[in-house]
Amino acid sequence: MKNHIPRIAPSEITPEEVYLDRRQLLAAGFATAAVGALGAKPAMAAAPPALAPLTAARNSALSITDAPNTFEDITTYNNYYEFGTDKSDPAVQARNFNPSPWSVTVDGEAEAKGTFTLEDILKGQQLEERVYRLRCVEAWSMVIPWTGFSLASLLQRFKPTSKAKYVEFTTLMDPKRMPGQRDAVLRWPYVEGLRMDEATHPLTFMAVGLYGKTLPNQSGAPLRLVTPWKYGFKNIKAIVRIRFTETQPRNSWQVAAPSEYGFFANVNPAVDHPRWSQASERRIGGGLLAKRAATQPFNGYAAQVASLYSGMDLRRNF
Amino acid sequence: MNTTQQFRFIYKPLVFAACAVPAVLMLLGIVGKGPMDLGADPVNRLIHACGITALNMLLITLLVTPVRQMSGWNHLIRLRRMLGLFAFFYAVAHFTCYAWLDQGLDVAAIGADIVKRPYITIGMAALLMLIALAVTSTNGMMRRLGRKWTKLHRLIYVLTALGVWHFYWQVKKDISEPLLYVGMFAVLMAWRIGWRFRGKFAPARAPEKI
Repeated sequence: MKNHIPRIAPSEITPEEVYLDRRQLLAAGFATAAVGALGAKPAMAAAPPALAPLTAARNSALSITDAPNTFEDITTYNNYYEFGTDKSDPAVQARNFNPSPWSVTVDGEAEAKGTFTLEDILKGQQLEERVYRLRCVEAWSMVIPWTGFSLASLLQRFKPTSKAKYVEFTTLMDPKRMPGQRDAVLRWPYVEGLRMDEATHPLTFMAVGLYGKTLPNQSGAPLRLVTPWKYGFKNIKAIVRIRFTETQPRNSWQVAAPSEYGFFANVNPAVDHPRWSQASERRIGGGLLAKRAATQPFNGYAAQVASLYSGMDLRRNF
Repeated sequence: MNTTQQFRFIYKPLVFAACAVPAVLMLLGIVGKGPMDLGADPVNRLIHACGITALNMLLITLLVTPVRQMSGWNHLIRLRRMLGLFAFFYAVAHFTCYAWLDQGLDVAAIGADIVKRPYITIGMAALLMLIALAVTSTNGMMRRLGRKWTKLHRLIYVLTALGVWHFYWQVKKDISEPLLYVGMFAVLMAWRIGWRFRGKFAPARAPEKI
């Protein structure tokens, strides 16, 4: 059951000099001048740095069978405000971000606290591939083959105490390397959180790779959270801190607009965003005439996760 | 060439070509050619591109009068109808992309959006006003409506304000671009107010010497 999704061979990656075709640059420059707001091709786009291959068997039991989006779609259409607010920005602005060396600080209500290098974090983890749906709060979706490991297997190593009711994650704060942090679009650094039972759910995943390769920078390298039944903004990227807490963390989007974004952020077609409907979604990659698809409760993972929320009013706890 | 001929054979064709550039780039983008990359979500990109171009055209239309007043070149007004009609064209394209490409012409869903989503409600209101102005933009209509025409076409101020608001309201977080449009619209309106009261508060000019 290994390697049955298309891999991108190094030979298929366009060399930088070809991609940076001079005529295209000129055309892009002209177009930008003519209609700046139209979103012409970014003039500085270039081939991404080569990504190291990561071999991992697919976990079929936890993967969906839909065809994944292309590597190009997944890595050029990103909401990652640390590298710009346009979806095409991160692919360009994160190009030279160097996620190595990397370390993660673990603190709060746990016994085995400390600062761990990425190598420490990965030690003993059996990497696997999972094909998950991703549903953005903006009502579009993708199918993504992640490589990584279950978050539960990582968290237990830190021996959380009985006081640990929640886990809070923090993104790197470094405006020099993350130019988007120079604008106060959100309160930096980005913070997200999960309830302990959500964090240790078998579906909750720490991704270090994508499409059988090391995670590209614009996808949250080197370490990002994946919670497939929640809106995409829960999937915090470039994690440098994991803190066990007794009280519910205040996640960045909730802080920014509490009437629009909650802590749980479970995908729910019955609860609209105040400004737009969540009943349907546009699957990226379908082209111009693809029909919108109905959004499923918990993004199609209700059978696995709905019980976590039994008795809760999901209209209030959006 | 007299001025009328200059406009007919030189200025109007040039302005027409310039206003059509965004549409041509979008069409090329749809077939995967040219400099405009529609990206992973082409539907969204087209909706946004048409909408922002409609706003640009509205602001350019509103720029005609201040430039005319500043430069004294009154013939500029001959271009205004074409600019306004291009705003109408891009606004209709914007709505068409939304209704057809995004909503799949699902009348119930579109109706629900218009009723339930305030930013779509005001966008729709602006579009209806713009349609009314486009329909009454002909010479015949100008003649028939007489003074009422001028009053009716002041709706452009209202609908542009609604259009800017529509843009501002649908942005998720980074409001810098909508704010730029608020600013540009405010400057255009401030000029009009200033022009209207010009001389009223300034000291009377000394009589010219003969």
